[in-house]
Amino acid sequence: MKEEIKLMKGNEAIAHAAIRYGADGYFGYPITPQSEVMETLMEEQPWETTGMVVLQAESEVAAINMVYGGASCGKAVMTTSSSPGVSLMQEGVSYLAGAELPCLIVNVMRGGPGLGTIQPSQADYFQATKGGGHGDYHLITLAPASVQEMADFVALGFDLAFKYRNPAILLADGVIGQMMEKVVLPPFRKRRTEEEIRQQNPWATLGKPKDRKRNVVTSLELDPAIMEQNNIRFQATYKRIAENEVRYEEINCENADYLIVAFGSMSRICQKTIELAAEEGIKIGLLRPITLWPFPTEAIARQADHVKGILSAELNAGQMVEDVRLAVNGKVRVEHFGRLGGIVPTPDEVLTALKEKLM
Amino acid sequence: MKEEIIIAGFGGQGVLSMGKILAYSGLMEGKEVTWMPSYGPEQRGGTANVTVILSDERISSPVLNSFDVAVILNQPSLEKFENKVKPGGILIYDGYGIHHPPTRTDINVYRINAMEAAIEMNNTKALNMIVLGGLLKLKPMVSMENVLKGLKKSLPERHHNLIPLNEKAILKGMEIIQKA
Repeated sequence: MKEEIKLMKGNEAIAHAAIRYGADGYFGYPITPQSEVMETLMEEQPWETTGMVVLQAESEVAAINMVYGGASCGKAVMTTSSSPGVSLMQEGVSYLAGAELPCLIVNVMRGGPGLGTIQPSQADYFQATKGGGHGDYHLITLAPASVQEMADFVALGFDLAFKYRNPAILLADGVIGQMMEKVVLPPFRKRRTEEEIRQQNPWATLGKPKDRKRNVVTSLELDPAIMEQNNIRFQATYKRIAENEVRYEEINCENADYLIVAFGSMSRICQKTIELAAEEGIKIGLLRPITLWPFPTEAIARQADHVKGILSAELNAGQMVEDVRLAVNGKVRVEHFGRLGGIVPTPDEVLTALKEKLM
Repeated sequence: MKEEIIIAGFGGQGVLSMGKILAYSGLMEGKEVTWMPSYGPEQRGGTANVTVILSDERISSPVLNSFDVAVILNQPSLEKFENKVKPGGILIYDGYGIHHPPTRTDINVYRINAMEAAIEMNNTKALNMIVLGGLLKLKPMVSMENVLKGLKKSLPERHHNLIPLNEKAILKGMEIIQKA
């Protein structure tokens, strides 16, 4: 198949990738800086071609519960929003995790707290990786750093969600959502047929045949002995995910004297930072977590053996730095650099911070 | 080859679309490209800007601290970006929008009376294409053929009849840009 190279925004790439993945449904509510996702879907009208449902819900609360409904039927369903909207969804997200339902959630983060600003931020790291809703759960958290990854991670997110029966989230931000880059869109996959869904997801609520008990999808279990067993099962799933699905990228880490850990748009900015540093003869490596949960703890620990210091660069007041410190476990100094509330730093700002904090 | 460009002006002057056409032209030329806009209320009347990077290699940061070229269409943008041009770099400004011209002597400053020319052409919307022409005259980073292809890609089909007019505006810009 001929490669189709296009120029588009990260948000648009998500919409195209969702149609091409063969997603069954999209439920959302507009919010800057991610509105282009639904706009693109409405323009493409996939209900006319693949049969994918695209629905503007009355609120984010409704959207995530529509996702719950679709996911219960074994369908590949998704929603996208930005920080305040994702906060509204948290009850539903916890229910999805508690009911062991696969789905894809996208958060194109903006500055908070509260209604905050529409400019880019990474301040929802805690919410995405530590469980923004109640209960002991984790979301498979993918952090795209390019428009290409916005497209690619739609399929990856769905596939992981179905593999482990657990919600996956793409944690992007206003930079990645709004910028345009070259992208090769994935090939079209057919939507799963009802029969395929039945076979692949025997738990799905698609009607009761005579030869088995009815499927019930719920997060409710009033007997604590059973609820504890459910939780033990969830934890076993999280352990399998942590063992098998850690993803990260290392750039110039060999022989580096210092290490920057950064994800998403910040990792792009920091790539330029290490280029600037190289011009001055300072050897900095960059470790970019692609999965924020599970976190690349061991990879960071390995780097800690040979660098003089580590800088966690984030668009927040210091969130991922906690996981970096846990990984490093006191072996070397770990400092944080961040800009807040929608301000995006320039590459030289990060270099200045690294020099001040670590050299 | 790598060109790091900032284009800045008032919302509505066609700053973002000029960047878009440049980015599409780069794509046609087989380059790596990024187009990073200021988004939100700026697009609707405040100052708007867009960073466009064209490169032969993978592009790292879409956010930059300094630029090879600054295209400046209003005074607030000049104040914001004049000192962000790399020494030896290029600053292009529209004579109509700038009352206090740039003062740096370590960069190459060019003036283009694009608004004037656009009024002469009876089409103030051609402003951004005239400026693009001026930029391409100084930095022929993409061929005219690919600019026209880029225009075709970035304009909706119903506006394809405007492509000859855009071409004329680009040629006009190439003609009238001058060293300040």
